[in-house]
Amino acid sequence: MLYALKIATRYLTASKAQTALLVFGVAIGVFIFIFMSALIGGLAAFIMARTAGDLAHVVIQAEAVDPALLPRKSKGTVLLVQETSTRATAVLKDTPAFIPLIEALPGVIGTSQQINGSGFLTRGGQVTQVSIYGLEPGKESVIVDLAGYMVEGSATLGTGDVLLGKTLAEDMDLQLGQTVRLQSSSGIEALLSISGIYETGSGGPDRRQAYVGLATARTLFRMAQGVTRVEIKLEDLYAADALAPRIRALTGLDAKSWTEQAAQLLEALNAQAQTGYILKAFALLTIIIGVASALLLSTYRRRPEIGIMRAMGAGRWFVMVVFVSQGALIGLMGGLFGAAGGYGVLLAFPARETFGPGQSGLPIDITQGAYGLAIVLTTLGAIAASILPARAAARLDPVTAIGQ
Amino acid sequence: MTTLLDVRDLVKTFGAGEAETRVLRGLNLTMTSGELAALLGPSGSGKSTLLTILGTLMHPTSGRHTMLGVDLTTASDHALTEFRNLHIGFVFQFHNLLPDFTALENVIFPTAVREGRETGSARSRGRELLVRMGLGERIQFPTANLSGGQKQRVAVARALMNRPDLVLADEPTGNLDRASALQVMDLIGEINRDEGTTFLISTHDEKIAAQCRRQIVVGDGLVTG
Repeated sequence: MLYALKIATRYLTASKAQTALLVFGVAIGVFIFIFMSALIGGLAAFIMARTAGDLAHVVIQAEAVDPALLPRKSKGTVLLVQETSTRATAVLKDTPAFIPLIEALPGVIGTSQQINGSGFLTRGGQVTQVSIYGLEPGKESVIVDLAGYMVEGSATLGTGDVLLGKTLAEDMDLQLGQTVRLQSSSGIEALLSISGIYETGSGGPDRRQAYVGLATARTLFRMAQGVTRVEIKLEDLYAADALAPRIRALTGLDAKSWTEQAAQLLEALNAQAQTGYILKAFALLTIIIGVASALLLSTYRRRPEIGIMRAMGAGRWFVMVVFVSQGALIGLMGGLFGAAGGYGVLLAFPARETFGPGQSGLPIDITQGAYGLAIVLTTLGAIAASILPARAAARLDPVTAIGQ
Repeated sequence: MTTLLDVRDLVKTFGAGEAETRVLRGLNLTMTSGELAALLGPSGSGKSTLLTILGTLMHPTSGRHTMLGVDLTTASDHALTEFRNLHIGFVFQFHNLLPDFTALENVIFPTAVREGRETGSARSRGRELLVRMGLGERIQFPTANLSGGQKQRVAVARALMNRPDLVLADEPTGNLDRASALQVMDLIGEINRDEGTTFLISTHDEKIAAQCRRQIVVGDGLVTG
């Protein structure tokens, strides 16, 4: 084995230019593999962070109350009926009992009890419709990283505070510290002070949302107890599908995974991952074809030597090992050079963590380069590629080979 | 003297049907240990085919081939490879050295391939053989830098590396000038005398054949003299 490896090494070093070209070709394939891994991985992480990253991974929503049927009091035609919103009446009342159970589940980072509804934000003569999110003080950033998105002020919600999106603030020409009037769909108004302005980079949250403290939301929606929604954040968002049924079983409430509502996003991410796999498979296939064809040529060129080796007592297995070792060495060298080159080139790209909204370029994640996998797959691929030429070499008739 | 090899009714045909060519037609031959024999005959008489079969590189179509009491006629490829490595050495007309290796590496190849590595004792034996061949100054030379005569002497050293019982030489001097040819033949004669190695040398050259103690003449696929 050791001797076969020596002969393989000698064959490779005897044709330095040819070997260098071959290793270079393999290294290019490995570089593409690594670049695609880092790009697809980085892109997926970026998209997830920008979308599902700010989503609740599991949601428990109070079931909406059926709308009241309009009684027909007379034979006349009903033109308009005014009813209070049914959304506020859908309440989760037993949260103090089940929240500790949910938070004790493995993989749960935190929970956020919320009272949500809609309303109008008024400043002077300007009125804008907004979605109102009542959050627990101290848990403002459990689901959406409000603290990380703050451009002015603080994400901490005290009594009488409101957080607004940057676009909304600009549209209404609002400044930090100013007072605004917030009227809920229940018709209750509150005067609130702008304690922070955030920018998520997404149109909806920046233009149409207002965050208030849970106590303020109770007042706005006339909800003395309970909440309308419980959102749960997990360490691994892909564990949501498994965890939602457990929470359902634990609480008896309708816990839903984020994937039920974001199936299209998941499909898009899966399609992107599939594209990455296909591109990487093609890179690997190119390596295999390149190594196989080069070694087939080498086998043909060294036919007389193979014949001599067989005549001197080298078995078919020995000849196989000589050629398979060449494939393995080419794969290993190409893998190492390609991985080193790939890492070096990826270093020139900005780190994914610093890649923000609106920034041009590629959200490459250098940590997702799959360097080890690239080296191992390339070496295995090159070994596989060398089997056919090695078998051809081992099966050569020594008499015919020497006679050339 | 003990019997080294024995072939009985050896037949070898190539092709089939109308294209069938019968090269050996029931050839019989016996050699004893320590012989220095020349194999003579015109081109196409079957000399090379006989050497190839005796070297276990080819199976006969029919007949029996034994060496050192072992029936090689139907032995497996693996068994023949092992037998060849241990008991038979080859010297070809065109030296057939491995071009990317040094003289020493070529010489020790038969031992290294058996041992799986280049051992110290193999290197020592290889050096000793090269010195004996008058190539003490060329031990680490790449074979590409050697003259034709030197290459052929390296090939002889390689054939002797595993102390074989039989060395088969196919026109070993056919590609050399007269001086180099005589030098190679002198070395073969010396080794045959000193170590008792059996040589069977295929040649067209009557002067080379005259240096051998036995002349075997092959004609039309049979031993005729």
